[in-house]
Amino acid sequence: MNTLATPPKNFEVKPKLDAKGEELGELLEVSMGPHHPSTHGVFRMDVVLDGEKVVKLKPVFGYLHRNHEKIGENISYLANMPYTDRLDYFCSMTNNWAYALTIEKLAGLAVPERAEYIRVIMAELTRLQNHTCLIGFFVQDMGALGTPMMYAFREREKILDLFEEVSGARMMCNYMRFGGVRVDVNDEWIAKTKKVVADYSKFLDEFGTFLTENEIVLARTQFVGVLPKDLAINASITGPMLRAAGVNYDLRKVDKYGIYSRFNFQVPVGEHGDIYDRYMIRVLEMRESIKILEQALRDIPAGPVMDPKAKLRGFRPKAGEVYGRVEGPKGELGFYVISDGSPNPYRYRVRPPSFINLTILEDMCLGHNISDAVVILGSVDIVLGEVDR
Amino acid sequence: MLGEQIIKGMAVTARNFFGSYATKERLTTVQYPEERLPQKGNTRQFPFLVYDGDDAEKGLRCVACQICEKECPPKCIYIVKSKDKKPDYKGQPQIYPLTFDIDISVCMSCQICVEVCPFESIKMNTEFELSTADRFGSLLLTKEQLAKPNSYYQKIHPVDAAESDAVIAAEKAKAEAKAKAAAEAKAKADAEAKAKAAVATAPIMPPANPPTTT
Repeated sequence: MNTLATPPKNFEVKPKLDAKGEELGELLEVSMGPHHPSTHGVFRMDVVLDGEKVVKLKPVFGYLHRNHEKIGENISYLANMPYTDRLDYFCSMTNNWAYALTIEKLAGLAVPERAEYIRVIMAELTRLQNHTCLIGFFVQDMGALGTPMMYAFREREKILDLFEEVSGARMMCNYMRFGGVRVDVNDEWIAKTKKVVADYSKFLDEFGTFLTENEIVLARTQFVGVLPKDLAINASITGPMLRAAGVNYDLRKVDKYGIYSRFNFQVPVGEHGDIYDRYMIRVLEMRESIKILEQALRDIPAGPVMDPKAKLRGFRPKAGEVYGRVEGPKGELGFYVISDGSPNPYRYRVRPPSFINLTILEDMCLGHNISDAVVILGSVDIVLGEVDR
Repeated sequence: MLGEQIIKGMAVTARNFFGSYATKERLTTVQYPEERLPQKGNTRQFPFLVYDGDDAEKGLRCVACQICEKECPPKCIYIVKSKDKKPDYKGQPQIYPLTFDIDISVCMSCQICVEVCPFESIKMNTEFELSTADRFGSLLLTKEQLAKPNSYYQKIHPVDAAESDAVIAAEKAKAEAKAKAAAEAKAKADAEAKAKAAVATAPIMPPANPPTTT
């Protein structure tokens, strides 16, 4: 005698139909993340799949929200500086610079010549290590487990050692101050940096033979995740993503903040806007960074590193509003501050590049395989500390 | 030929692997507990309090002004001011901290407290092996645990310590000069007062014609 109950009728899975009433096949909704190794932190993608093809993708973030902007409004201008390190924890130096630049605009502080050169050196070193790591990560997303990433991290460590020697910390540097930088660099450090920069192009050559023409890399990246030029402009994408789509827009050339107008360098621009272009843009940008570093290390003058008008205790800029931006390794990093003349900002807002670059993830992923979606996400270059703030 | 570049890439891997046996540049790892890297220039971990001389209680430079407590971004410093005063290194009576706690499980090693301190009394330590089995108590450092002699600071950050010592010496010299000037001024004032007093104490002649009442 059969004792098993018959299943209820609604247990059966019915094929979904499109508008015309034709069968779409069985759709599968996968929640990738927040603890997925390929999502670069606590990021979640709600992916709807038809077989292996992505039909719909919804990025979900906010798992690492730390109230950065509200904290910034409740502590003094100076005390917010170490918190900006924790936005994009790969590039704390450029975050510091963007914030210092904003407050300098507000308070009308002038930065001494030597400090400007040190800032450029630090920002370009940051760009080098960020792009190197990013390439390591996204090759790992393609399945090259470990080796390229470890080579990237080996080189990054040399730059982090330089940061530690000057600022005291490898990643959370907290180095820039309103009106200059915190400590001066010595000649020994400059000699060391020159050596690291000279060795870096050798490493890039080696990394290039390793990856650039590798057949697997080409097969996985070319014509995958194409970002059209007009969409990139409409979605206000910035940084290497935008330049890979073929738009020549680099704040170092457009704004000429700091002393970037003095250096001779070029802005690489892509053609197709696919993942391979984004990879190549970063490699070429590193080459240009090396050029800037060589010029800056050669020309750095002697002198003070702090504006004598700048003060640490009791810093109260006059009332007003200001927006300062720099070309971070990931794109345009901006800080918007309204001051009412009190020791802390009245309103403080961050324009994070990777958050805005993430908004077009669905447009790039539609129609590709789920395994390509992972690589496309890797090529966007997100850091969740900055996306969620 | 398909696969040519993959083979070239593998040659790079092989060069790195075998190169790690041949050259020091390719072998960058260090066997940590046995081998240690030398300390890097300005490296910083967590704050400590500096005292002069041998007695931590007497020579503590901190005067409990609470600027670091207010400026600390994650608010990990807790200070209780004393009611009485004791002489500081300049010999002036100053308030001192009854309690000075730093919760290093909250501290983010940002060095803001060091920068805002006007008395050169809080500095960054380089000690990093701080793991404990106790989750809360051992990470809340008290004044006694935080106090380290100036000689220790000179050992870990020689350049910064020399600068800080120069600042202290200048302050001291200024205070001494001021005290000396004050003493001289006081002596002068005393002498003048004495002279005045001598004049004042001179017998005053009674008015020749006392007013009379009618």
